[in-house]
Amino acid sequence: MAENIKLEVTRYHPGSDDEPRSQSYEVPLRKEWVVLDALNYVKDRVDGSLSFRWSCRMGVCGSCGMMVNGEPKLTCATFLADYAPGPVRVEPLKNFPILRDLIVDISDFLVKLAKSRPWLIRKESTPPPGEYLQTPEQLDAFKQFSMCINCLLCYAACPVYGLDPLFGGPAAIALAQRYNADSRDQGASERMDVLSHSDGIWGCTFVGECTEVCPKDVDPAGAIQQYKLTATKEWIKSLLMPRGER
Amino acid sequence: MAVPVEYVPKTFRPRLSTYWWLGRWPYLRFILRELSSVSVAWFVVVTLVQIRALKRGPASYLAFQGWMRHPVLIVLNAIAFFFVIFHAVTWFNLAPKAMAVRLGGKRVPSLMIALPNYVAWAVVSAGVAWILLRG
Repeated sequence: MAENIKLEVTRYHPGSDDEPRSQSYEVPLRKEWVVLDALNYVKDRVDGSLSFRWSCRMGVCGSCGMMVNGEPKLTCATFLADYAPGPVRVEPLKNFPILRDLIVDISDFLVKLAKSRPWLIRKESTPPPGEYLQTPEQLDAFKQFSMCINCLLCYAACPVYGLDPLFGGPAAIALAQRYNADSRDQGASERMDVLSHSDGIWGCTFVGECTEVCPKDVDPAGAIQQYKLTATKEWIKSLLMPRGER
Repeated sequence: MAVPVEYVPKTFRPRLSTYWWLGRWPYLRFILRELSSVSVAWFVVVTLVQIRALKRGPASYLAFQGWMRHPVLIVLNAIAFFFVIFHAVTWFNLAPKAMAVRLGGKRVPSLMIALPNYVAWAVVSAGVAWILLRG
């Protein structure tokens, strides 16, 4: 194995750069090193001005998502050795405004996430004593969608979001579906207006790459298509029973 | 007293290239899948022209058959046929994503959702072939 590998890292300083540029760094190529380790090596030993987000280093926090050789990846779970002999191109997540170097502005996602109401909605004003009981089968119905860590790799892989920033996007819709599919939730009708909007599920053209790049196997593309079926059924129901409860 | 102003950081907004779909095979495959609907429309037009020729009588139908034997149309139809098959296969393979059918508390495997589509396709194709080829 070669001793070093070249990293080509996107740099952007909002105070002095008009547009991003690329900067190369030589880092040790170690079998057990992930791309995040290489970035931390640069930050600690070579160039302290390099900025990037990271936290847990174990694929849980979802903050170290970046483009590695053009693919959205969690850099804490992407081994350098898989890209040997290099170079390894590290860029900020696609489809988001770049704040600085490898850091993107995710405010747009946070607004959309809140609009999809990703929490349990109950009709009663005060919760009953004790827990809301749930069978393993009921848990299984939404568990896959609850694995989302908001890493936003799915948004970077979604050309619809890249072309139309108004699109709600994969994770926000999958998380809405996570609560819709939860037996304890009673808020599906409250989420419907946002989800059934043209910028919601109907904006999705089913490219399917959100599911492919998801590090947690959440399958947002599946969640969106499943909700398309639900929304269509509800629409037919509203035609047949215009005064019925939605 | 100064009115507080929300801080809006300067950002760089990259634009997605018009040719975003050329760089990666999954994107190109998606565009081809979308474009394959043109092939479906093409066969609808061919069928309509065929029905019109049938209605106009034997001479008109012979002329239609002559048209269909033209090398350009044979190539065009072969390409369209490939894309119609591509359209059907990719569509059937996507069906399990949209249908989360649960039986006995467990999700029905993807294969069991896709398979009936393929079986129905084969049965209908065999039926059409039987009608056309029986003599």
